Amino acid sequence: MAAPIITVEGLCYNYGKLAAVDNINFSVKKGQIFSFLGPNGAGKTTTINILTTLLPVQIGKITISGFDIKQQPDEVRRCLGIVFQRETLDWNLKVWETLEFHGRLYSIPKNPRKARIDELLQIVELTDKRNEFVKNLSGGMKRRLEIARGLMTRPHILFLDEPTIGLDPHSRMKIWHYIKKVNEEGVTIFLTTHYMEEADQLSDEICIMDKGKIITNGTSEQLKNSLGRDMVYLETANDEKSIRLIQKLPEVTNVRFFSKGLLVDLKAEGAHFIPKIMETIRNERIEVSGINLKKPTLDDVFIYFTGRGLKEENGGIVSN
Amino acid sequence: MRTDFMTVYWRDMKKFFRSKYVLITSLIQPALWLAIYGLSMSGSFDLINTGTSLRPGFVSVDYLTFMAAGVVSLTILFTCLYSGTYVQFDMQFGLMKEMVASPIKRSHILLGLSLSGLTKALIQTIIILGFGLILGVKYFVGFTILNMLFSVLGIFLFVVLFSMGLMFLALTLGITIEGHDSIQSVITLLTLPLFFASNALYQMNSLPLAIQIASSFNPLSYFINGIRYFSIGQKFYSMGTYYEFGTIDMLVSLAVISIFTIAMYLLAMRAIKRAKMI
Repeated sequence: MAAPIITVEGLCYNYGKLAAVDNINFSVKKGQIFSFLGPNGAGKTTTINILTTLLPVQIGKITISGFDIKQQPDEVRRCLGIVFQRETLDWNLKVWETLEFHGRLYSIPKNPRKARIDELLQIVELTDKRNEFVKNLSGGMKRRLEIARGLMTRPHILFLDEPTIGLDPHSRMKIWHYIKKVNEEGVTIFLTTHYMEEADQLSDEICIMDKGKIITNGTSEQLKNSLGRDMVYLETANDEKSIRLIQKLPEVTNVRFFSKGLLVDLKAEGAHFIPKIMETIRNERIEVSGINLKKPTLDDVFIYFTGRGLKEENGGIVSN
Repeated sequence: MRTDFMTVYWRDMKKFFRSKYVLITSLIQPALWLAIYGLSMSGSFDLINTGTSLRPGFVSVDYLTFMAAGVVSLTILFTCLYSGTYVQFDMQFGLMKEMVASPIKRSHILLGLSLSGLTKALIQTIIILGFGLILGVKYFVGFTILNMLFSVLGIFLFVVLFSMGLMFLALTLGITIEGHDSIQSVITLLTLPLFFASNALYQMNSLPLAIQIASSFNPLSYFINGIRYFSIGQKFYSMGTYYEFGTIDMLVSLAVISIFTIAMYLLAMRAIKRAKMI
Protein backbone atom coordinates (compact mmCIF):
# COMPACT_ATOMS: atom_id res chain seq x y z
CA MET A 1 0.00 0.00 0.00
CA ALA A 2 1.24 3.47 -0.92
CA ALA A 3 2.46 5.75 1.85
CA PRO A 4 0.24 8.66 2.90
CA ILE A 5 1.20 12.02 1.38
CA ILE A 6 -1.29 13.94 3.55
CA THR A 7 -2.12 13.03 7.12
CA VAL A 8 -4.58 15.02 9.17
CA GLU A 9 -4.91 14.28 12.87
CA GLY A 10 -7.41 15.81 15.27
CA LEU A 11 -8.02 18.90 13.15
CA CYS A 12 -10.44 21.47 14.55
CA TYR A 13 -11.25 24.93 13.26
CA ASN A 14 -13.61 27.41 14.88
CA TYR A 15 -15.01 30.66 13.55
CA GLY A 16 -15.73 32.25 16.89
CA LYS A 17 -18.04 29.77 18.59
CA LEU A 18 -18.98 27.98 15.41
CA ALA A 19 -17.04 24.74 14.90
CA ALA A 20 -16.53 24.57 11.14
CA VAL A 21 -14.20 21.58 11.40
CA ASP A 22 -14.70 19.32 14.37
CA ASN A 23 -11.89 16.90 15.14
CA ILE A 24 -11.33 15.21 11.81
CA ASN A 25 -8.75 12.56 10.95
CA PHE A 26 -7.91 11.25 7.51
CA SER A 27 -5.04 10.49 5.23
CA VAL A 28 -4.50 10.61 1.49
CA LYS A 29 -2.27 8.05 -0.17
CA LYS A 30 0.37 9.07 -2.64
CA GLY A 31 -0.82 8.92 -6.27
CA GLN A 32 -4.50 8.73 -5.38
CA ILE A 33 -7.41 10.77 -6.58
CA PHE A 34 -9.03 11.58 -3.27
CA SER A 35 -12.50 13.13 -3.24
CA PHE A 36 -13.90 15.19 -0.46
CA LEU A 37 -17.69 15.36 -0.57
CA GLY A 38 -20.21 17.12 1.58
CA PRO A 39 -23.15 19.50 1.44
CA ASN A 40 -22.65 23.26 1.39
CA GLY A 41 -21.27 24.46 4.70
CA ALA A 42 -19.95 21.01 5.67
CA GLY A 43 -16.46 22.40 6.29
CA LYS A 44 -14.80 21.19 3.07
CA THR A 45 -13.52 24.56 1.95
CA THR A 46 -12.31 25.43 5.44
CA THR A 47 -10.36 22.15 5.48
CA ILE A 48 -8.88 22.89 2.05
CA ASN A 49 -7.97 26.40 3.13
CA ILE A 50 -6.10 24.99 6.12
CA LEU A 51 -4.36 22.34 4.03
CA THR A 52 -3.25 24.99 1.53
CA THR A 53 -1.97 27.26 4.36
CA LEU A 54 -4.51 30.02 3.74
CA LEU A 55 -5.94 29.48 7.22
CA PRO A 56 -3.83 28.71 10.28
CA VAL A 57 -3.97 25.35 12.04
CA GLN A 58 -5.86 26.10 15.26
CA ILE A 59 -5.88 22.60 16.75
CA GLY A 60 -4.47 19.42 15.27
CA LYS A 61 -1.52 18.19 13.26
CA ILE A 62 -1.14 18.11 9.49
CA THR A 63 1.75 16.61 7.57
CA ILE A 64 2.05 17.13 3.82
CA SER A 65 4.84 15.48 1.84
CA GLY A 66 6.65 14.92 5.11
CA PHE A 67 6.53 18.58 6.18
CA ASP A 68 4.64 19.78 9.21
CA ILE A 69 2.31 22.49 7.98
CA LYS A 70 2.74 24.59 11.14
CA GLN A 71 6.53 24.39 11.27
CA GLN A 72 7.35 24.48 7.55
CA PRO A 73 4.56 26.30 5.70
CA ASP A 74 6.88 27.48 2.90
CA GLU A 75 8.06 23.93 2.14
CA VAL A 76 4.45 22.78 2.14
CA ARG A 77 3.47 25.59 -0.25
CA ARG A 78 6.12 24.43 -2.70
CA CYS A 79 4.54 20.95 -2.84
CA LEU A 80 1.05 22.18 -3.65
CA GLY A 81 -0.83 23.24 -6.73
CA ILE A 82 -4.21 24.81 -6.13
CA VAL A 83 -7.28 25.47 -8.24
CA PHE A 84 -9.63 27.52 -6.12
CA GLN A 85 -13.38 27.13 -6.13
CA ARG A 86 -13.95 30.65 -7.39
CA GLU A 87 -12.12 31.79 -10.47
CA THR A 88 -8.96 33.64 -9.52
CA LEU A 89 -7.61 34.79 -12.85
CA ASP A 90 -6.41 38.25 -13.76
CA TRP A 91 -8.47 39.21 -16.79
CA ASN A 92 -5.95 41.81 -17.89
CA LEU A 93 -3.17 39.29 -18.36
CA LYS A 94 -2.63 37.12 -21.41
CA VAL A 95 -2.84 33.34 -21.18
CA TRP A 96 0.93 32.78 -21.17
CA GLU A 97 1.49 35.66 -18.75
CA THR A 98 -0.86 34.04 -16.25
CA LEU A 99 1.43 31.01 -16.19
CA GLU A 100 4.56 33.16 -16.32
CA PHE A 101 3.43 35.13 -13.27
CA HIS A 102 2.73 31.96 -11.35
CA GLY A 103 6.05 30.37 -12.33
CA ARG A 104 7.88 33.48 -11.17
CA LEU A 105 6.00 33.53 -7.86
CA TYR A 106 7.48 30.08 -7.24
CA SER A 107 10.89 31.20 -8.57
CA ILE A 108 11.13 28.66 -11.37
CA PRO A 109 14.18 29.64 -13.46
CA LYS A 110 13.57 31.19 -16.87
CA ASN A 111 14.29 28.30 -19.26
CA PRO A 112 12.46 25.53 -17.44
CA ARG A 113 9.63 28.02 -16.90
CA LYS A 114 9.29 28.65 -20.62
CA ALA A 115 9.40 24.95 -21.41
CA ARG A 116 6.82 24.22 -18.75
CA ILE A 117 4.42 26.87 -20.10
CA ASP A 118 4.63 25.36 -23.61
CA GLU A 119 4.12 21.88 -22.28
CA LEU A 120 1.13 22.79 -20.10
CA LEU A 121 -0.60 24.84 -22.77
CA GLN A 122 -0.37 21.77 -24.95
CA ILE A 123 -1.77 19.48 -22.24
CA VAL A 124 -4.83 21.68 -21.65
CA GLU A 125 -5.11 22.46 -25.37
CA LEU A 126 -4.71 26.21 -25.09
CA THR A 127 -1.59 26.58 -27.25
CA ASP A 128 -3.46 28.58 -29.89
CA LYS A 129 -4.83 30.90 -27.17
CA ARG A 130 -1.37 31.67 -25.84
CA ASN A 131 -1.48 35.40 -26.61
CA GLU A 132 -5.18 35.84 -25.92
CA PHE A 133 -6.33 37.96 -22.99
CA VAL A 134 -7.83 35.88 -20.19
CA LYS A 135 -11.05 37.93 -20.32
CA ASN A 136 -11.71 36.61 -23.85
CA LEU A 137 -11.63 32.92 -22.85
CA SER A 138 -14.75 30.78 -22.35
CA GLY A 139 -15.62 29.40 -18.90
CA GLY A 140 -14.19 25.99 -19.74
CA MET A 141 -10.96 27.46 -21.11
CA LYS A 142 -10.51 29.61 -18.00
CA ARG A 143 -10.84 26.52 -15.84
CA ARG A 144 -8.30 24.67 -17.98
CA LEU A 145 -5.94 27.59 -17.66
CA GLU A 146 -6.34 27.48 -13.88
CA ILE A 147 -5.55 23.78 -13.89
CA ALA A 148 -2.46 24.43 -16.01
CA ARG A 149 -1.46 27.13 -13.54
CA GLY A 150 -1.91 24.72 -10.65
CA LEU A 151 0.50 22.36 -12.39
CA MET A 152 3.16 24.98 -13.23
CA THR A 153 5.26 24.11 -10.23
CA ARG A 154 5.14 20.32 -10.72
CA PRO A 155 3.31 19.93 -7.41
CA HIS A 156 3.17 16.65 -5.52
CA ILE A 157 -0.47 17.35 -4.77
CA LEU A 158 -3.01 19.24 -6.83
CA PHE A 159 -5.99 20.66 -4.94
CA LEU A 160 -9.10 21.07 -7.06
CA ASP A 161 -11.96 22.79 -5.28
CA GLU A 162 -15.09 22.17 -7.37
CA PRO A 163 -13.15 22.17 -10.65
CA THR A 164 -16.12 21.73 -13.00
CA ILE A 165 -18.70 23.93 -11.30
CA GLY A 166 -20.85 25.73 -13.85
CA LEU A 167 -19.35 24.02 -16.90
CA ASP A 168 -21.23 22.36 -19.73
CA PRO A 169 -21.02 18.54 -19.96
CA HIS A 170 -18.51 18.62 -22.79
CA SER A 171 -16.08 20.92 -20.96
CA ARG A 172 -16.56 18.85 -17.83
CA MET A 173 -15.59 15.64 -19.61
CA LYS A 174 -12.49 17.39 -20.93
CA ILE A 175 -11.47 18.52 -17.46
CA TRP A 176 -11.97 14.98 -16.13
CA HIS A 177 -9.73 13.76 -18.91
CA TYR A 178 -6.97 16.21 -17.88
CA ILE A 179 -7.35 15.32 -14.22
CA LYS A 180 -6.87 11.63 -15.01
CA LYS A 181 -3.93 12.38 -17.27
CA VAL A 182 -2.24 14.46 -14.60
CA ASN A 183 -2.88 11.80 -12.01
CA GLU A 184 -1.34 9.13 -14.25
CA GLU A 185 1.84 11.20 -14.25
CA GLY A 186 2.03 10.69 -10.51
CA VAL A 187 0.37 13.80 -9.09
CA THR A 188 -1.88 13.12 -6.11
CA ILE A 189 -5.25 14.81 -6.61
CA PHE A 190 -7.34 16.24 -3.79
CA LEU A 191 -10.77 16.97 -5.19
CA THR A 192 -13.90 18.49 -3.74
CA THR A 193 -17.07 18.39 -5.75
CA HIS A 194 -20.83 18.52 -5.61
CA TYR A 195 -21.18 16.29 -8.61
CA MET A 196 -21.39 12.71 -7.40
CA GLU A 197 -20.92 11.45 -10.90
CA GLU A 198 -17.61 13.30 -10.97
CA ALA A 199 -16.41 11.76 -7.73
CA ASP A 200 -17.61 8.34 -8.93
CA GLN A 201 -15.78 8.65 -12.24
CA LEU A 202 -12.50 9.89 -10.88
CA SER A 203 -11.89 8.90 -7.29
CA ASP A 204 -9.82 6.13 -5.80
CA GLU A 205 -11.09 7.10 -2.41
CA ILE A 206 -14.02 9.18 -1.20
CA CYS A 207 -14.50 10.90 2.09
CA ILE A 208 -17.89 12.37 3.05
CA MET A 209 -17.98 15.30 5.43
CA ASP A 210 -20.97 16.90 7.10
CA LYS A 211 -21.33 19.45 9.89
CA GLY A 212 -17.59 19.58 10.40
CA LYS A 213 -17.13 15.85 10.86
CA ILE A 214 -16.09 13.02 8.60
CA ILE A 215 -19.03 10.68 8.34
CA THR A 216 -17.69 7.91 6.19
CA ASN A 217 -14.94 7.07 3.77
CA GLY A 218 -13.92 4.35 1.34
CA THR A 219 -13.90 3.55 -2.35
CA SER A 220 -16.98 4.34 -4.37
CA GLU A 221 -17.85 0.62 -4.42
CA GLN A 222 -17.44 0.24 -0.68
CA LEU A 223 -19.68 3.21 -0.02
CA LYS A 224 -22.37 2.00 -2.36
CA ASN A 225 -22.23 -1.47 -0.84
CA SER A 226 -22.48 -0.02 2.63
CA LEU A 227 -26.05 1.05 1.83
CA GLY A 228 -27.09 -2.54 1.23
CA ARG A 229 -27.22 -4.43 -1.97
CA ASP A 230 -30.22 -2.93 -3.67
CA MET A 231 -32.88 -0.32 -3.21
CA VAL A 232 -36.53 -0.34 -4.04
CA TYR A 233 -38.44 2.82 -4.80
CA LEU A 234 -42.20 2.66 -4.42
CA GLU A 235 -45.21 4.94 -4.49
CA THR A 236 -48.25 3.95 -2.48
CA ALA A 237 -51.62 5.39 -1.54
CA ASN A 238 -50.52 5.60 2.11
CA ASP A 239 -46.80 6.10 2.58
CA GLU A 240 -46.97 6.62 6.36
CA LYS A 241 -48.61 3.30 6.94
CA SER A 242 -46.45 1.52 4.37
CA ILE A 243 -43.28 2.65 6.16
CA ARG A 244 -44.39 0.98 9.37
CA LEU A 245 -45.15 -2.24 7.52
CA ILE A 246 -41.94 -2.38 5.50
CA GLN A 247 -39.71 -1.47 8.43
CA LYS A 248 -40.69 -4.67 10.15
CA LEU A 249 -39.38 -6.87 7.34
CA PRO A 250 -36.03 -8.42 8.32
CA GLU A 251 -34.40 -7.79 4.87
CA VAL A 252 -34.93 -4.02 5.19
CA THR A 253 -32.12 -1.85 6.58
CA ASN A 254 -33.71 1.55 6.15
CA VAL A 255 -36.78 3.29 4.75
CA ARG A 256 -37.11 6.96 3.98
CA PHE A 257 -39.23 9.41 2.06
CA PHE A 258 -37.75 10.09 -1.34
CA SER A 259 -39.12 12.10 -4.23
CA LYS A 260 -42.86 11.27 -4.41
CA GLY A 261 -42.65 7.98 -2.56
CA LEU A 262 -40.44 5.80 -0.39
CA LEU A 263 -36.96 4.46 -0.76
CA VAL A 264 -36.20 1.11 0.84
CA ASP A 265 -32.61 -0.05 1.46
CA LEU A 266 -32.24 -3.80 1.39
CA LYS A 267 -29.89 -6.46 2.61
CA ALA A 268 -31.40 -8.91 0.18
CA GLU A 269 -31.38 -8.95 -3.59
CA GLY A 270 -34.08 -6.59 -4.84
CA ALA A 271 -35.56 -8.57 -7.73
CA HIS A 272 -36.64 -11.33 -5.38
CA PHE A 273 -37.79 -9.01 -2.65
CA ILE A 274 -40.25 -6.92 -4.69
CA PRO A 275 -43.02 -9.57 -4.56
CA LYS A 276 -42.69 -9.71 -0.79
CA ILE A 277 -43.10 -5.95 -0.44
CA MET A 278 -46.08 -5.95 -2.76
CA GLU A 279 -47.69 -8.70 -0.79
CA THR A 280 -47.09 -7.07 2.59
CA ILE A 281 -48.60 -3.76 1.52
CA ARG A 282 -51.53 -5.23 -0.39
CA ASN A 283 -52.46 -7.32 2.58
CA GLU A 284 -53.29 -4.08 4.34
CA ARG A 285 -55.31 -2.97 1.30
CA ILE A 286 -52.97 -0.16 0.41
CA GLU A 287 -52.68 0.43 -3.31
CA VAL A 288 -49.17 0.45 -4.86
CA SER A 289 -49.11 2.87 -7.77
CA GLY A 290 -45.47 2.43 -8.81
CA ILE A 291 -42.40 0.36 -8.03
CA ASN A 292 -38.84 0.43 -9.28
CA LEU A 293 -35.63 -1.43 -8.48
CA LYS A 294 -32.57 0.78 -7.99
CA LYS A 295 -28.91 0.00 -7.67
CA PRO A 296 -27.40 2.49 -5.20
CA THR A 297 -25.51 5.37 -6.77
CA LEU A 298 -23.10 7.71 -5.07
CA ASP A 299 -25.98 10.19 -4.94
CA ASP A 300 -27.85 7.75 -2.73
CA VAL A 301 -24.79 7.29 -0.55
CA PHE A 302 -24.44 11.03 -0.19
CA ILE A 303 -28.07 11.61 0.69
CA TYR A 304 -28.08 8.65 3.03
CA PHE A 305 -25.08 9.88 5.01
CA THR A 306 -25.76 13.60 4.98
CA GLY A 307 -29.53 13.41 5.33
CA ARG A 308 -31.36 11.74 8.19
CA GLY A 309 -32.47 8.15 7.80
CA LEU A 310 -35.79 7.22 9.41
CA LYS A 311 -34.43 4.28 11.33
CA GLU A 312 -31.76 6.37 13.03
CA GLU A 313 -33.80 9.39 13.97
CA ASN A 314 -37.51 9.78 14.29
CA GLY A 315 -39.48 11.68 11.74
CA GLY A 316 -36.61 12.85 9.55
CA ILE A 317 -37.66 13.48 6.01
CA VAL A 318 -35.34 13.57 3.08
CA SER A 319 -36.58 14.74 -0.24
CA ASN A 320 -34.49 15.26 -3.31
CA MET B 1 19.11 39.63 -2.09
CA ARG B 2 15.89 37.97 -3.19
CA THR B 3 13.98 39.85 -5.88
CA ASP B 4 10.62 38.10 -5.60
CA PHE B 5 8.91 41.47 -5.33
CA MET B 6 9.83 42.12 -8.97
CA THR B 7 7.27 39.46 -10.01
CA VAL B 8 4.47 41.30 -8.22
CA TYR B 9 5.75 44.60 -9.66
CA TRP B 10 5.90 43.14 -13.17
CA ARG B 11 2.25 42.12 -13.12
CA ASP B 12 1.03 45.42 -11.70
CA MET B 13 2.93 47.54 -14.19
CA LYS B 14 1.68 45.39 -17.07
CA LYS B 15 -1.85 46.08 -15.94
CA PHE B 16 -1.17 49.79 -15.55
CA PHE B 17 0.17 50.24 -19.06
CA ARG B 18 -2.70 48.15 -20.43
CA SER B 19 -5.59 49.98 -18.82
CA LYS B 20 -5.56 52.90 -21.23
CA TYR B 21 -8.08 55.03 -19.38
CA VAL B 22 -6.20 54.82 -16.10
CA LEU B 23 -2.94 55.52 -17.88
CA ILE B 24 -4.18 58.56 -19.82
CA THR B 25 -6.22 60.13 -17.01
CA SER B 26 -3.43 59.70 -14.49
CA LEU B 27 -1.09 61.57 -16.83
CA ILE B 28 -3.53 64.32 -17.78
CA GLN B 29 -5.02 65.02 -14.36
CA PRO B 30 -1.98 66.61 -12.70
CA ALA B 31 -1.35 68.73 -15.79
CA LEU B 32 -4.96 69.95 -15.61
CA TRP B 33 -4.52 71.00 -11.98
CA LEU B 34 -1.49 73.02 -12.84
CA ALA B 35 -3.00 74.49 -16.00
CA ILE B 36 -6.49 75.34 -14.76
CA TYR B 37 -6.26 75.88 -11.01
CA GLY B 38 -2.64 77.05 -11.04
CA LEU B 39 -2.96 79.59 -13.82
CA SER B 40 -6.29 80.98 -12.59
CA MET B 41 -5.20 81.36 -9.00
CA SER B 42 -1.82 82.80 -9.81
CA GLY B 43 -3.65 85.62 -11.61
CA SER B 44 -5.14 86.73 -8.27
CA PHE B 45 -2.33 85.82 -5.88
CA ASP B 46 0.45 87.43 -7.85
CA LEU B 47 -1.25 90.79 -7.32
CA ILE B 48 -0.12 90.51 -3.69
CA ASN B 49 3.46 89.94 -4.71
CA THR B 50 3.83 93.03 -6.85
CA GLY B 51 5.14 96.27 -5.52
CA THR B 52 6.89 94.92 -2.43
CA SER B 53 10.59 95.50 -1.99
CA LEU B 54 12.27 92.28 -0.94
CA ARG B 55 14.49 91.65 2.04
CA PRO B 56 18.01 90.85 0.88
CA GLY B 57 18.79 87.17 0.21
CA PHE B 58 15.21 86.24 -0.65
CA VAL B 59 13.89 85.24 -4.07
CA SER B 60 10.42 86.31 -5.10
CA VAL B 61 8.42 83.32 -6.23
CA ASP B 62 5.19 83.50 -8.22
CA TYR B 63 2.16 81.49 -7.16
CA LEU B 64 2.46 78.93 -9.95
CA THR B 65 5.94 77.99 -8.80
CA PHE B 66 4.81 77.94 -5.18
CA MET B 67 1.90 75.60 -5.84
CA ALA B 68 3.77 73.27 -8.24
CA ALA B 69 5.12 71.39 -5.22
CA GLY B 70 1.56 71.23 -3.93
CA VAL B 71 0.35 69.69 -7.17
CA VAL B 72 3.11 67.08 -6.98
CA SER B 73 1.93 66.18 -3.48
CA LEU B 74 -1.73 66.14 -4.52
CA THR B 75 -1.05 63.85 -7.43
CA ILE B 76 1.04 61.42 -5.41
CA LEU B 77 -1.53 61.43 -2.62
CA PHE B 78 -4.39 60.58 -4.96
CA THR B 79 -2.51 58.10 -7.15
CA CYS B 80 -1.15 56.15 -4.21
CA LEU B 81 -4.20 56.11 -1.98
CA TYR B 82 -6.54 55.19 -4.80
CA SER B 83 -4.29 52.21 -5.55
CA GLY B 84 -5.95 50.79 -2.47
CA THR B 85 -9.01 50.11 -4.59
CA TYR B 86 -6.96 47.90 -6.95
CA VAL B 87 -5.61 45.95 -4.01
CA GLN B 88 -9.11 45.50 -2.73
CA PHE B 89 -10.08 44.25 -6.17
CA ASP B 90 -7.25 41.70 -5.97
CA MET B 91 -8.53 40.62 -2.56
CA GLN B 92 -12.11 40.36 -3.72
CA PHE B 93 -11.35 38.36 -6.84
CA GLY B 94 -8.92 36.00 -5.17
CA LEU B 95 -5.81 37.24 -6.97
CA MET B 96 -4.22 38.05 -3.65
CA LYS B 97 -4.93 34.47 -2.63
CA GLU B 98 -2.73 33.19 -5.44
CA MET B 99 0.16 35.28 -4.13
CA VAL B 100 -0.39 34.54 -0.47
CA ALA B 101 -0.64 30.78 -1.09
CA SER B 102 2.71 30.86 -2.92
CA PRO B 103 6.07 30.76 -1.14
CA ILE B 104 6.69 34.46 -1.82
CA LYS B 105 7.12 36.43 1.40
CA ARG B 106 4.36 38.80 2.53
CA SER B 107 6.86 41.64 2.67
CA HIS B 108 7.70 41.10 -0.99
CA ILE B 109 4.03 41.29 -1.97
CA LEU B 110 3.79 44.66 -0.20
CA LEU B 111 7.07 45.84 -1.67
CA GLY B 112 6.14 44.86 -5.23
CA LEU B 113 2.77 46.57 -5.07
CA SER B 114 4.13 49.73 -3.51
CA LEU B 115 6.98 49.89 -6.04
CA SER B 116 4.40 50.02 -8.80
CA GLY B 117 2.64 52.91 -7.02
CA LEU B 118 6.01 54.58 -6.67
CA THR B 119 6.73 54.20 -10.38
CA LYS B 120 3.42 55.82 -11.26
CA ALA B 121 4.14 58.63 -8.79
CA LEU B 122 7.58 59.25 -10.30
CA ILE B 123 6.25 59.34 -13.85
CA GLN B 124 3.61 61.84 -12.76
CA THR B 125 6.15 64.00 -10.92
CA ILE B 126 8.28 64.22 -14.03
CA ILE B 127 5.21 65.21 -16.07
CA ILE B 128 4.18 67.91 -13.61
CA LEU B 129 7.65 69.36 -13.41
CA GLY B 130 8.06 69.23 -17.20
CA PHE B 131 4.63 70.66 -17.92
CA GLY B 132 5.22 73.30 -15.26
CA LEU B 133 8.25 74.52 -17.19
CA ILE B 134 6.08 75.03 -20.26
CA LEU B 135 3.55 77.02 -18.22
CA GLY B 136 6.28 79.22 -16.79
CA VAL B 137 7.15 77.67 -13.43
CA LYS B 138 10.61 78.79 -12.38
CA TYR B 139 12.55 76.06 -10.58
CA PHE B 140 16.13 76.13 -9.48
CA VAL B 141 16.47 79.94 -9.83
CA GLY B 142 20.05 80.89 -9.12
CA PHE B 143 21.21 77.27 -8.71
CA THR B 144 24.51 75.98 -10.03
CA ILE B 145 24.49 72.86 -12.21
CA LEU B 146 25.77 70.81 -9.29
CA ASN B 147 23.06 72.29 -7.07
CA MET B 148 20.45 71.37 -9.63
CA LEU B 149 21.63 67.78 -9.87
CA PHE B 150 21.62 67.52 -6.11
CA SER B 151 18.10 69.00 -6.03
CA VAL B 152 16.75 66.56 -8.59
CA LEU B 153 18.15 63.71 -6.48
CA GLY B 154 16.57 65.26 -3.38
CA ILE B 155 13.15 65.50 -5.03
CA PHE B 156 13.56 61.92 -6.19
CA LEU B 157 14.35 60.76 -2.65
CA PHE B 158 11.35 62.55 -1.14
CA VAL B 159 8.96 61.24 -3.81
CA VAL B 160 10.26 57.68 -3.38
CA LEU B 161 9.98 57.70 0.40
CA PHE B 162 6.64 59.45 0.60
CA SER B 163 4.88 57.49 -2.11
CA MET B 164 6.07 54.24 -0.52
CA GLY B 165 4.54 55.39 2.77
CA LEU B 166 1.27 56.30 1.09
CA MET B 167 1.24 53.00 -0.79
CA PHE B 168 1.64 51.05 2.44
CA LEU B 169 -1.30 53.02 3.84
CA ALA B 170 -3.32 52.25 0.69
CA LEU B 171 -2.43 48.55 0.95
CA THR B 172 -3.56 48.48 4.56
CA LEU B 173 -6.89 49.98 3.55
CA GLY B 174 -7.27 47.72 0.51
CA ILE B 175 -6.51 44.59 2.50
CA THR B 176 -8.63 45.49 5.52
CA ILE B 177 -11.72 47.14 4.09
CA GLU B 178 -14.34 45.01 2.36
CA GLY B 179 -16.60 46.46 -0.28
CA HIS B 180 -15.82 48.78 -3.15
CA ASP B 181 -18.06 51.62 -1.94
CA SER B 182 -16.59 51.58 1.55
CA ILE B 183 -13.00 51.91 0.42
CA GLN B 184 -13.82 54.70 -2.03
CA SER B 185 -15.47 56.75 0.69
CA VAL B 186 -12.72 56.09 3.24
CA ILE B 187 -10.05 57.20 0.77
CA THR B 188 -12.00 60.31 -0.17
CA LEU B 189 -12.45 61.12 3.50
CA LEU B 190 -8.70 60.73 4.12
CA THR B 191 -7.46 62.72 1.14
CA LEU B 192 -9.55 65.79 1.83
CA PRO B 193 -8.13 66.82 5.24
CA LEU B 194 -4.65 65.58 4.34
CA PHE B 195 -4.57 67.84 1.34
CA PHE B 196 -6.35 70.96 2.60
CA ALA B 197 -4.80 70.94 6.07
CA SER B 198 -1.39 71.21 4.47
CA ASN B 199 0.71 73.94 2.92
CA ALA B 200 0.09 72.65 -0.60
CA LEU B 201 -1.91 75.60 -1.91
CA TYR B 202 -1.44 78.34 0.69
CA GLN B 203 0.81 79.42 3.51
CA MET B 204 0.04 77.98 6.90
CA ASN B 205 0.22 80.97 9.24
CA SER B 206 -3.02 82.50 7.94
CA LEU B 207 -4.97 79.34 8.78
CA PRO B 208 -7.06 78.86 11.94
CA LEU B 209 -4.90 77.69 14.84
CA ALA B 210 -6.58 74.28 15.11
CA ILE B 211 -5.82 73.51 11.50
CA GLN B 212 -2.26 74.78 11.95
CA ILE B 213 -1.74 72.34 14.81
CA ALA B 214 -3.32 69.51 12.86
CA SER B 215 -1.13 70.37 9.95
CA SER B 216 2.03 70.03 12.01
CA PHE B 217 1.20 66.30 12.22
CA ASN B 218 0.45 66.12 8.52
CA PRO B 219 3.22 64.26 6.66
CA LEU B 220 2.08 65.93 3.45
CA SER B 221 3.28 69.34 4.70
CA TYR B 222 6.72 67.91 5.46
CA PHE B 223 6.86 66.38 2.03
CA ILE B 224 5.90 69.66 0.36
CA ASN B 225 8.49 71.58 2.40
CA GLY B 226 11.11 69.14 1.18
CA ILE B 227 10.10 69.55 -2.45
CA ARG B 228 10.12 73.37 -2.11
CA TYR B 229 13.54 73.25 -0.48
CA PHE B 230 14.93 71.45 -3.48
CA SER B 231 12.96 73.14 -6.28
CA ILE B 232 12.89 76.77 -5.07
CA GLY B 233 15.57 77.21 -2.46
CA GLN B 234 16.07 77.95 1.23
CA LYS B 235 14.88 81.55 1.31
CA PHE B 236 11.99 82.78 -0.77
CA TYR B 237 9.07 85.17 -0.73
CA SER B 238 5.61 84.29 -1.98
CA MET B 239 2.10 85.65 -1.40
CA GLY B 240 3.21 88.23 1.10
CA THR B 241 5.17 85.79 3.24
CA TYR B 242 8.87 85.24 3.74
CA TYR B 243 9.89 81.58 3.87
CA GLU B 244 13.10 80.39 5.44
CA PHE B 245 13.67 76.68 5.26
CA GLY B 246 17.20 75.60 6.03
CA THR B 247 19.02 72.32 5.54
CA ILE B 248 18.24 71.24 9.09
CA ASP B 249 14.52 71.81 8.48
CA MET B 250 14.83 69.69 5.35
CA LEU B 251 16.49 66.89 7.32
CA VAL B 252 13.74 67.06 9.93
CA SER B 253 11.19 66.72 7.12
CA LEU B 254 13.10 63.76 5.76
CA ALA B 255 13.09 62.14 9.19
CA VAL B 256 9.34 62.70 9.63
CA ILE B 257 8.60 61.20 6.22
CA SER B 258 10.86 58.23 6.97
CA ILE B 259 9.09 57.58 10.28
CA PHE B 260 5.73 57.86 8.50
CA THR B 261 6.79 55.35 5.85
CA ILE B 262 8.16 52.86 8.37
CA ALA B 263 5.01 53.13 10.49
CA MET B 264 2.82 52.56 7.44
CA TYR B 265 4.92 49.54 6.46
CA LEU B 266 4.42 47.98 9.88
CA LEU B 267 0.70 48.66 9.64
CA ALA B 268 0.49 47.03 6.21
CA MET B 269 2.47 43.97 7.39
CA ARG B 270 0.05 43.58 10.27
CA ALA B 271 -2.90 43.85 7.90
CA ILE B 272 -1.63 41.28 5.40
CA LYS B 273 -0.77 38.81 8.15
CA ARG B 274 -4.25 39.09 9.62
CA ALA B 275 -6.07 39.20 6.31
CA LYS B 276 -8.87 36.78 5.58
CA MET B 277 -8.05 35.22 2.25
CA ILE B 278 -11.19 33.22 1.70
